[in-house]
Amino acid sequence: MSQTLTPVADPAAPPAPRGPGAGRTVLRYLVRFLLVLVFALPLLFMLVSSFKPDTQIFGDLGSIDAFLPVGEVSLANYTAVFERVPFWRFMMNSILLSVLTVGLGLFVNSMCAFALARLRFRGQGLILGVILATLIVPFETLALPLLWWVNLLPYFDGSTGWLDTYEVQFIPFIANAFSIYLFYQYFDSIPRELDEAAKVDGAGWFTIYRKVIMPLSGPAVATVAILTFLPSWNQYLWPLMAVQTESLRPVMVGIDYFSQLTTNWGQIMAYASLITVPVLVLFIAFQRSFINSIASSGVKG
Amino acid sequence: MTQTIGAAHPEPPTIDQLGRLSFRQRRFTKSRQSQRIAAVWMVTPAAALMLVFIIIPIVLTFVLAFTNAKLISPTGPRFVGFDNFARLFGDPIFWKSLRNTLLFAVFVVPIQAGLALVLALLINVKIRGVNFFRTVYFLPVVTSMVVVSLLWKFLYQPDGLINNFLAVFGIDGPDWLGNPNTAMISILIMSVWQGVGFHMVIWLSGLQTIPQDMYEAGAIDGANNWQRFRYLTWPALRQTRTFILITITIQAFALFTQIQVMTEGGPLDSTSTIVFQAVRTGFDLQQTGYASALSLVFFILVLVVSLVQRFLTRDKDVKK
Repeated sequence: MSQTLTPVADPAAPPAPRGPGAGRTVLRYLVRFLLVLVFALPLLFMLVSSFKPDTQIFGDLGSIDAFLPVGEVSLANYTAVFERVPFWRFMMNSILLSVLTVGLGLFVNSMCAFALARLRFRGQGLILGVILATLIVPFETLALPLLWWVNLLPYFDGSTGWLDTYEVQFIPFIANAFSIYLFYQYFDSIPRELDEAAKVDGAGWFTIYRKVIMPLSGPAVATVAILTFLPSWNQYLWPLMAVQTESLRPVMVGIDYFSQLTTNWGQIMAYASLITVPVLVLFIAFQRSFINSIASSGVKG
Repeated sequence: MTQTIGAAHPEPPTIDQLGRLSFRQRRFTKSRQSQRIAAVWMVTPAAALMLVFIIIPIVLTFVLAFTNAKLISPTGPRFVGFDNFARLFGDPIFWKSLRNTLLFAVFVVPIQAGLALVLALLINVKIRGVNFFRTVYFLPVVTSMVVVSLLWKFLYQPDGLINNFLAVFGIDGPDWLGNPNTAMISILIMSVWQGVGFHMVIWLSGLQTIPQDMYEAGAIDGANNWQRFRYLTWPALRQTRTFILITITIQAFALFTQIQVMTEGGPLDSTSTIVFQAVRTGFDLQQTGYASALSLVFFILVLVVSLVQRFLTRDKDVKK
């Protein structure tokens, strides 16, 4: 989990005496740079188009101008987005839902994993086994039965049915088998002598969890936070079905809805940029943590 | 990892001849009790949430598939036996969706896994700027599939960016999403573009667990690049490979967002998938029972792939 992904092996490079010539170096970079264009240009096109009126976007398609902020550049598309839909409301909903899912998830899942990894109690093996078994069931399997089921659950105000609420958008996603599994693995690798030492000092189990184990588990917390943040920010299928009221919608359902209201691509690109650029910036700022988190999700196999 | 789970529980404390617990035993009992109490408090929140929102819904998938449950209905669900499955297997759209889903998986798995491996090999070298390349290849992964689908819907317009680009080379591009013959291919290309960076990182972490001295030994034996890849790298990546193939396959079976945003199953149902049909029937038409039957078909696909893959890798372990 704490491994860094800086290259250590160099299988493609020939051994030292036969160093790469200039031509070879150019070729190496050319291939990699062409791939940069493949992955970056569509995103650049999205961002650049968000500043242009549709007539100009289509006019620029045949030339390199499609990727350059030239011509009639303005914020008009952005203004239009804010006028046509309650964008900031969608944004606040998504931020709130992501923060709640990630925050509560970190707490609930790490605590459960702590008990499973470091305590001894009856039924422990069964609970861990059931949690791990649910890992092979994709959300799409249970989405529709869940929709039916939450509609029958008692709601907090005494009524029945969770559909069309904030709660239905995050409470089902707090407990997460994969987060528990990642924490479990990490906690299992921390020496048990630490617990013993803390107990001698009179610490209870909750104190050991909070003051001894969690402070040592930074990398696991970062991994779980990142791996649960991306899916909650990108939630689409579930809120599409579970929420009808406009003011409760998250950004991804919001853009889908917005794209059906307008035929103006510049405005859709403006909305798309507004919800994508912040995440890209976060990724670039914390790219090492992001990449390591994804890499450690591969241990699942 | 599992060593602590099945471990036998220590014997309960015995009472000595004087009828009292020794000091050690008393401390032990107290510790066992405090562990049990702490464990209940710590496990319950996650366990209760998983029970209500994951385990019960999984069980419901199996139960509701045999009922006529409706999403909003004054009367409760009624057991209808195999009616949903009879209707399912008699529905040409189901067979078309199943075929589309399987075809998508058959093509996307090797293409995405292969390209991801190529990318991983390209950035697993010591050259300047490797970090930059890795970051850029990964950008689509952190972009939401909904955004990617809308962006590419625009790129795929008959007079859109892609056809303008093809025109530079004198190619007359098709109406990508509007033509039943190209719609699924278009969605496949876009899905690979979005997801390949994820699996690149998984391959990369596999590549970096290969000990450097293996390559040094290979160099002494005079192995060329291809031989080194074929006989050193490829066998060493067996576990990574299994993981990557399973995850891409399951993702492919679950194909939904791209379809919902870009084509809504069209044209002529050429891009309809199992999960898309489950949402269509279970949400739009509110037929939860029928949708559960579709979900069950999806789950069986996932289960079969996982079991086959597990069986194949077990087998190799034994032979080795």
